[in-house]
Formats: sequence, structure tokens, C-alpha cells
Amino acid sequence: MNARCVISMLAVAVLGGGLSGCGEPSQVVTYEQGKYQGKPDNQPWDNPVFKGDKTAWELAMKNRSRAQNEYNRTQ
Amino acid sequence: MGRMKFLCDAERCIECNGCVTACKNENEVPWGVNRRRVVTINDGVPGERSMSVACMHCSDAPCMAVCPTNCFYKADGGVVLHDKDMCIGCGYCFYACPFGAPQFPNGPSAFGERGKMDKCTFCAGGPEETGSKEEYAKYGSNRLAEGKLPACAEMCSTKALLAGDSAAVSDIFRDRVLRRGKGLEAWGWMTAYGAEQKEGAK
Repeated sequence: MNARCVISMLAVAVLGGGLSGCGEPSQVVTYEQGKYQGKPDNQPWDNPVFKGDKTAWELAMKNRSRAQNEYNRTQ
Repeated sequence: MGRMKFLCDAERCIECNGCVTACKNENEVPWGVNRRRVVTINDGVPGERSMSVACMHCSDAPCMAVCPTNCFYKADGGVVLHDKDMCIGCGYCFYACPFGAPQFPNGPSAFGERGKMDKCTFCAGGPEETGSKEEYAKYGSNRLAEGKLPACAEMCSTKALLAGDSAAVSDIFRDRVLRRGKGLEAWGWMTAYGAEQKEGAK
């Protein structure tokens, strides 16, 4: 391999390396929400009071929420 | 079930701090931690307004987004809860929260020295067996599992603080605003002076 060949190969390598610096890769970090790593929780209706009846729990909560309106009681 | 929310009516709040006391008592919150606070704007000036503030159980909660240990989760109904066993007391959630809801028992200490973060649980306990001693010691009362609303809202003497399903709460508030009107017709005027007096007061 003569000196001319080595020089041309080096020139190609330098050119390639130089051009690779001209790229524009996206530098914006894409945020991804992590997943919950803790212990699982019970549903609020999974207890002796509601015995797993979600509908009964929802109805109880709805009635309790509506009872906050004092106009329902006073008028 | 929709989303569980708090709503505080600034026209009604009389800064009695009944909600704060009810919360402390119900959940046996330690010294230095207030899950709920009453904030007053223009204190002592005519037209002052007070508002009871705690965790607002955000739909897109920033505390969940910044937690490095991913100890936050959303219970059914959108209540934002966390696992204290996973909490490292870094305080990122405190900086991220626009309401100052996350509290630390050891106050403003160095990283990790603050202790486990404590915040309003909407009286929904936490990731321990429902009604157990562990749940009560770590997170406080689980009233939701008993079909009850948070103690702060149920204790509110003027019903300024409403809690529950967002649809039901907004229905109550809408009804209230329509009935009380504005200006001289604001809530309390008709009760105190009646319709005849209103004409004379103009």
C-alpha cells in the first residue's frame, strides 16, 4: 500500500467523520410515565360493608354526595 | 363512578378551620403535617376570601409524573394515592405540586431526611388491607370504603367544602349559584333580611 492510497483513505475517513457531525438528531427528551411500583390496593367496595357490590357502593357515594346540598333538606 | 373531587366555595368559607381539625382528628395526622389548610386572601380587608386547600387529586397529577420511585397510583374514581413503603422522601412531589399538598413529618430537612411524604388521601386509606391497623397508621381513615365522604367536607359547617363525584358536586354548586344570585342577593342576605327588606335596602 503506497503513501498515496493511505492518504486518500485517511481523507475519506476524516471527511466521513466530519460530515457525521453535521447531522441533526432530535435532542428533545420524550417523556414516558413510569408504572406504579408499589403494593396493589383493594377496591373501596371490596370489604364486609359492601361485599364487593360496586353498584351499591356507587349508589351510597352518590346519595352521600347529593345530601351535601342543604336545599334538598330545607326546601 | 366518575372522578372524585373537592370544591371549595369561597363565598361560603368562614375560615373556621373545622375542615383542618376534622382531618387531623380523623386521620391522626402527626405534628407538623397539615393535610388540609385554610388560605385567606386579603385577610382583615372588606371582601376577604378564604379557601380550604388540600390535595386536589389532579386528573393529570404532576406529583405522579416526577416521582422517581413511581410510588403514586390512581385509585378507582381518580383519587391520587401513594405507597409510603416506596417513598424515599426526596421531596420532588412537593416542588411539583401547585397546591403544596405533599407534606413531610420532619419538615424542610436534607434529601431523604424529610421522612415519608404524607398527603390527603380523600379519606380513602392506602395500599394496605382495608380497615387494618397498618392502613390507619400509615394513611389514616378509609371512609370511602364505608360509603362515606371525606371527614373535612362532611364536617364543614357552612357546606363551603364539597366532596364527592365531580358531577354531583358541580350540580350542587350550579344549583347554589343559581339560587343565590350575585351582589345583594348573595347567599345569606335573603335569610337574614327577607324579600321585603331587600326592596328597602336598595
